[in-house]
Amino acid sequence: MNALLHKLWSVAIVLLLLPTGSPLAQSESAGTSAGSVLQQLTEASLKRTGELIGQLEQTGGAEMRPLFEVMLAGELYFIKESKQIIAITKTERRTYIGRDVFGEATLGEFTSREIKKIRVNNRLRSQLRETLARIDLLHGSKSAQKQAVLAMLDDLNEQNMRLLTAAQQGGVDGEVARLIDLAAAMVQLRDSRVSEERLEAIGVMSGQLEPAVRNQLQRLVDDAQEQDLAVRAAAQKALDKISERIEFFGQLEQLFFGLSLGSVLLLAAIGLAITFGVMGVINMAHGEMIMLGAYTTYVIQQLFPGAIAYSLLIAVPAAFLVSGSVGVLIERGVIRHLQGRPLETLLATFGISLILQQAVRSIFSPLNMQVVTPNWMSGSLVINPVFSVTYNRLYILLFALAIFAALVVVLKKSSLGLNVRAVSQNRDMAKAMGVRTEMVDAMTFGLGSGIAGVAGVALSQLTNVGPNLGQSYIIDSFMVVVFGGVGNLLGTLVGGFSLGVANKFLEPSMGAVLANIIVLVGLILFIQKRPKGLFPQRGRAAE
Amino acid sequence: MNVLNSLAQASYRLLAAMRQPGRGTSWLVGILLVVTLAMSAANLLLPADSPFYVSTYTITLMGKYLCFAMLAMAVDIVWGYCGILSLGHGAFFALGGYGMGMYLMRQIGDRGVYGNPNLPDFMVFLNWQELPWYWFGMDQFWFAIFMALLVPGTLAFVFGWLAFRSRVTGVYFSIMTQALTYALMLAFFRNEMGFGGNNGLTDFKDILGFDLQADATRVALLLVTTFLVVVTFLVSRTIVQSRLGRVIVAVRDAEARTRFLGYRTEHYKVWLFVYSALIAAVAGMLYVPQVGIINPGEFSPLNSIEVVVWVAVGGRGTLYGAIVGALLVNYAKTRFTALMPDAWLFALGALFVIVTVYLPRGLAGLFGRVIELVHRRPGRGKEQTTRDDGLSVAEVGA
Repeated sequence: MNALLHKLWSVAIVLLLLPTGSPLAQSESAGTSAGSVLQQLTEASLKRTGELIGQLEQTGGAEMRPLFEVMLAGELYFIKESKQIIAITKTERRTYIGRDVFGEATLGEFTSREIKKIRVNNRLRSQLRETLARIDLLHGSKSAQKQAVLAMLDDLNEQNMRLLTAAQQGGVDGEVARLIDLAAAMVQLRDSRVSEERLEAIGVMSGQLEPAVRNQLQRLVDDAQEQDLAVRAAAQKALDKISERIEFFGQLEQLFFGLSLGSVLLLAAIGLAITFGVMGVINMAHGEMIMLGAYTTYVIQQLFPGAIAYSLLIAVPAAFLVSGSVGVLIERGVIRHLQGRPLETLLATFGISLILQQAVRSIFSPLNMQVVTPNWMSGSLVINPVFSVTYNRLYILLFALAIFAALVVVLKKSSLGLNVRAVSQNRDMAKAMGVRTEMVDAMTFGLGSGIAGVAGVALSQLTNVGPNLGQSYIIDSFMVVVFGGVGNLLGTLVGGFSLGVANKFLEPSMGAVLANIIVLVGLILFIQKRPKGLFPQRGRAAE
Repeated sequence: MNVLNSLAQASYRLLAAMRQPGRGTSWLVGILLVVTLAMSAANLLLPADSPFYVSTYTITLMGKYLCFAMLAMAVDIVWGYCGILSLGHGAFFALGGYGMGMYLMRQIGDRGVYGNPNLPDFMVFLNWQELPWYWFGMDQFWFAIFMALLVPGTLAFVFGWLAFRSRVTGVYFSIMTQALTYALMLAFFRNEMGFGGNNGLTDFKDILGFDLQADATRVALLLVTTFLVVVTFLVSRTIVQSRLGRVIVAVRDAEARTRFLGYRTEHYKVWLFVYSALIAAVAGMLYVPQVGIINPGEFSPLNSIEVVVWVAVGGRGTLYGAIVGALLVNYAKTRFTALMPDAWLFALGALFVIVTVYLPRGLAGLFGRVIELVHRRPGRGKEQTTRDDGLSVAEVGA
């Protein structure tokens, strides 16, 4: 096959070198079958194109895959003068950038007069899809094979079935084998007239989540001419089972979205749980600490454009340092002077949040920044046809839990944690025992702010990174902390996840905004009932 | 030296008179009335090319500032006198505004873009067939005013009753009020709510049959606003100087102790909160016809918290401080946003920090310190018990 590719290349090069001598070039390339077929594409009618695709598949096989893909995308053109076949990418500015169909090489810009599109219609597109599926099934990787079988389920003609049987005999395993069995059952249900065989086929199809299976069963149930009542009843039952499973996975998906939102809330609130919960300081600039973390991610990606894959790993400590040191500055500069005056602290930190927002607006821009998602975070984990989990949400969920665990360890095991707890329980006594409370205050505030920065790195992967990023989280974070119980990290964890899940389960029936409002109102009522939150701090500290 | 000394004495007497509860702060009422009357006369009577002519834009701006001053007083009454920091007073303001907006909307009649005599434009646009039930009666002025007071008042009562009964205080209460206005903002952004969604209510034509664009109407609105600001000021001053007012200040300074003395502190707090919400609603009602629009942005938590900074700048715990603070900060905002739009948020943020850290009692406190300095020099200084936040326990100045 390499030889063929080589020949194609040489044809292309000759064509390039002899832009005017196309008749000669064509007659020369007529020797190789694939090459000549390719040339015929430039003049063929739509009907003839279909035949040519068939021939190309016969001769080229897997080597022709890129060509078919480009054609399916409607990007296959040829240069009018040289009849050379190229792939074209249209840019937004209406220029045409050519590239080699079988390789990476770019061939420069073209104008619309120099090139002509090789037309495809819907019939050709479906033919192309089938062809691609066949190529994948015979030559592709396991996931490509799976995709190919899935594509064939929609059109189980004889040719496809032959292919599937051939593939099965060639040796496939696991998921692909199951899908091929499923295809066989579908054909059996469709073609067989024997009741037992059809019932057996329905038995195989029952509970399978592939859309094609559901469609076929639905058609069968709706078909008025279907005489076999037993088959129809069985099909209905199988359908019910499928819907049941779909509903189950739907709920599971809701739950996952809820947990994902919960992890976002947890990330946003966890730093606050330290500054507000442990220190008792209201930091309205907390959201801006998150925002600084997100912008740090952006800056890191701008500084190291070559290392996008590692950018998040670098950004996590960087954001911790940036937000943490800003936090220490705020504590030393402002909050220290307002000790014991919570309402004034609230106002002063609100002023700081305004300044930080405007600073970001002036330094970067009022617009949202583009933070790139590294490859390892994009895509999704497909568990079955109706339930898949996007990697970024999954990783952020795990990340939030990891941060939480790390924080608990710091507070419970480190000497800083011991000091923090001592100061939060009884400041004067701690001071009398020789704890440098001022130092501890600054460190605690830095820790809380730093964690907010780390949260910003994670959030930059989910939401827009703009000056208002922090604003949208501040109220939610306070709600989470208050709901969970101030001064209680576990409460923050439970609070975050339960608010997230409640929000997502209310959403389908109410709409996103109303769900948000209902959760807020519910919280307000909840705080009336239990002013100290879910897990109140026990102790003698009275108001 | 003698002249200087007598000058100092005179200014001291003036300042002291200003700070005298009861009598002194009436100077503010006088100034307000004189200024607005002069502005009105200059607008209506003088020709447009006269150097003393006051443009209608300035009249409206002044009216807007006075609405804000009223809102600031509402916040000051609960925060400065009772220690309840509400970060959601913008909600009551906006609800009052929406009440007035609904009335003005119905006054448009068939002069809207779609010319529908019964439905406001945005409802026609949304393909609604009939008026929602809560819009009925809003074409009557008295009913609209009644509703614009009833709704915020009830909300404040229910919210305050729930919160104060379960002794939600301090920052918890502040954050809850912020959540309240945030939730209302989200709700009013929805088109299905029937309040014009994102765009709010606008395009008003006339009020009580008078053209809203006419100079005379603008001037009348300004005068009504001034009048109501003065009334609010006097009524509030009477309240805070009465026995009731002393209990309220006691609640601020030592709530537990007041409760132990046998006062039902939550009752005082709830009714003060409702009173304050009603003032905010009236301010909103006056604001909408002058500005010509009300939209959900008025509910945004930032708006409410800005009000707090007006009060803080002017000096909380003094009613005239709230008015002066609102006027000063808003004037600064108008100038700043015109000259350097970017710098305004920097300035506002810095104002928050500076006032809370260095001027806990605002400009009024600065006045007070000047007086004390003059006061001490003649050797008549008396010691005041001051709390750690700089507010004196005994002080119930208006």
